[in-house]
Amino acid sequence: MIKLENIHRNFQVGDQTVHALDDINLDIQDGEYLSVMGPSGSGKSTLLNLLGLLDPPSSGQYFLNNTNITDLDENQLAKTRNQNIGFVFQTFHLIPRLTAAENIELPLVLAGIEEKIRKERVYDALSSMKLLDRAPHKPEQLSGGQRQRVAIARATITEPTILLADEPTGNLDQKSGLNVIETLEQLNRRGITLIVVTHDAALGSRSTRSIRMLDGRIESDDAQGKS
Amino acid sequence: MLLLRDAIHFSWSALTANFTRTFLMLLAMSIGVGSVIILTALGEGARNYVTAEFSSLGTNLIIVIPGRSETSGGAPATMMGVTERDLTLDDAIALTRHPKVSRIAPFNIGAAEISWQGRKRETTIQGSTHELLMLRKWKMAQGQFLPEADISRANSVCVIGKNIRNEIFGAHAALGQWVRIGDRRYRIIGILGSEGQSMGFDVKDAVIIPVASAQSLFNVPSLFRIFIEVKTREALPKVMTFIKDTIRERHQGVEDVTVITQDAVLKTFDRILSALTYTVGGIAAISLVVAGILIMNVMLVSVSQRTSEIGLLKSLGASARAILNLILIEAVLLSSLGALTGLIIGHIGSWVIRYAFPVLPAYPPAWATLASIFVALITGILFSLLPAKKAAQLDPVVALASH
Repeated sequence: MIKLENIHRNFQVGDQTVHALDDINLDIQDGEYLSVMGPSGSGKSTLLNLLGLLDPPSSGQYFLNNTNITDLDENQLAKTRNQNIGFVFQTFHLIPRLTAAENIELPLVLAGIEEKIRKERVYDALSSMKLLDRAPHKPEQLSGGQRQRVAIARATITEPTILLADEPTGNLDQKSGLNVIETLEQLNRRGITLIVVTHDAALGSRSTRSIRMLDGRIESDDAQGKS
Repeated sequence: MLLLRDAIHFSWSALTANFTRTFLMLLAMSIGVGSVIILTALGEGARNYVTAEFSSLGTNLIIVIPGRSETSGGAPATMMGVTERDLTLDDAIALTRHPKVSRIAPFNIGAAEISWQGRKRETTIQGSTHELLMLRKWKMAQGQFLPEADISRANSVCVIGKNIRNEIFGAHAALGQWVRIGDRRYRIIGILGSEGQSMGFDVKDAVIIPVASAQSLFNVPSLFRIFIEVKTREALPKVMTFIKDTIRERHQGVEDVTVITQDAVLKTFDRILSALTYTVGGIAAISLVVAGILIMNVMLVSVSQRTSEIGLLKSLGASARAILNLILIEAVLLSSLGALTGLIIGHIGSWVIRYAFPVLPAYPPAWATLASIFVALITGILFSLLPAKKAAQLDPVVALASH
């Protein structure tokens, strides 16, 4: 469960203060499917980074599963990211020298999990993403859709409760984009909280709840009642 | 927390992924370590060479030189070894009275011509006694050394070195022949088998006659040196005091000789050459520091090239500490590999020097090997601290955005 209270995020650009997030209040229940839309510079990426604990709020309270994350230190934040949050990026962010399997394994390696357990979980992830035959390939040998599925497998390998996707289809053709979206929605149906940032209205309309942002504020927040 | 084995694996993959970068850093590091090892091996080789040369003179050796080396008032009559009182054969005999003295060899020297059947050669003539053979640890090739006779008897016998034998006699048998040295005739009773340098003379060019014969040949009553071998190292100071006292007594209360030990001379050379070794080792260590600076630069570039990777690791749950450790492990891997390569280069280089100059025992000292590895590791880690800190402190949002 996510609860944002009076969140502000200010950036200093030269002698001007930019209010990237301006008094945000937001409650997100477990298992929700939320899309965040809005023009460039509206603050939607900042919101996503803040939800993903990559960016601290300038002021306000952020409760994640009833923990006030503004109280956590850097080490605890990293641990929380590792266990509770998965990221899916527009540019995939796979490490080019590592194989598909090694990329997926990375969050488990960072968590210090035994190799035997890691291998089992990576195998399960590969098979559920239908990537078993791609396991030993480097990212450059994979198609865009396959790369994003590897990234999704990596984001979900620690079984997080929240999956944050920033323009997950932005670098994909329509067919593999749809495939990626369906993969994400399947994960959501199994209980993960899915938050997608997108420009794409068609993609945004698939979610059960949609937020529109403008100039750092939430302009509209409507549950479309599809759930 | 990241397991060490996995961290090493991950850092290793980063190193092998960029071969040129890794190779250049390894090269710099290994040249640094290699040059420390080779240069100290050279210094150590020179030290061992000199030490061995001196030890060939015999251990526990005391050398008595006429004249004082330090000024003690009065007229400086001791310049150039010219003394008021000569160091005589009787002085030498008097010194044999100490129970700890095992051998004593009075020594005289002069230049003269040696000739046989019209063949002539100008050479250095050494005058001494039977004891010199053991004292110098020489070996005979043929015949025997000077006879064990009364020191003051001027026998007409001589012992020659290999070169003299070959040049004067050629294919003829030399043993038993009478040669002319200066204006006197001597019978050859032995030929030296030893080679090498001794006190600056080539043993192969040596011509040795009894000390009393040399005194009359060159018409000098004084001795050039007295070599005294002492039974044990512990007895050295006692014997030195005994020598000074005896000479003072015999020279009307004037201590007009200089008594030095082989040890003292050796220690001086040892000190000088050790200092030399440390100096060249230190100079070579500068190249290690240069290698460290190179590592810092390349690591900084590498960190900025991998900014987005570091951002990703943070988003996946790597703490700043974990990132710092990953970069430092990379540095340790690189430094130890560089040190290892340098070790191999250094030992091969030392071997090449030993092969090219067999007289020089150029073995790298253990301390140089250990110190260079230690310095390589320390510089590698120290100079990677800055890039690693930089990486650890990267803002993940900014890092992820860079591509």
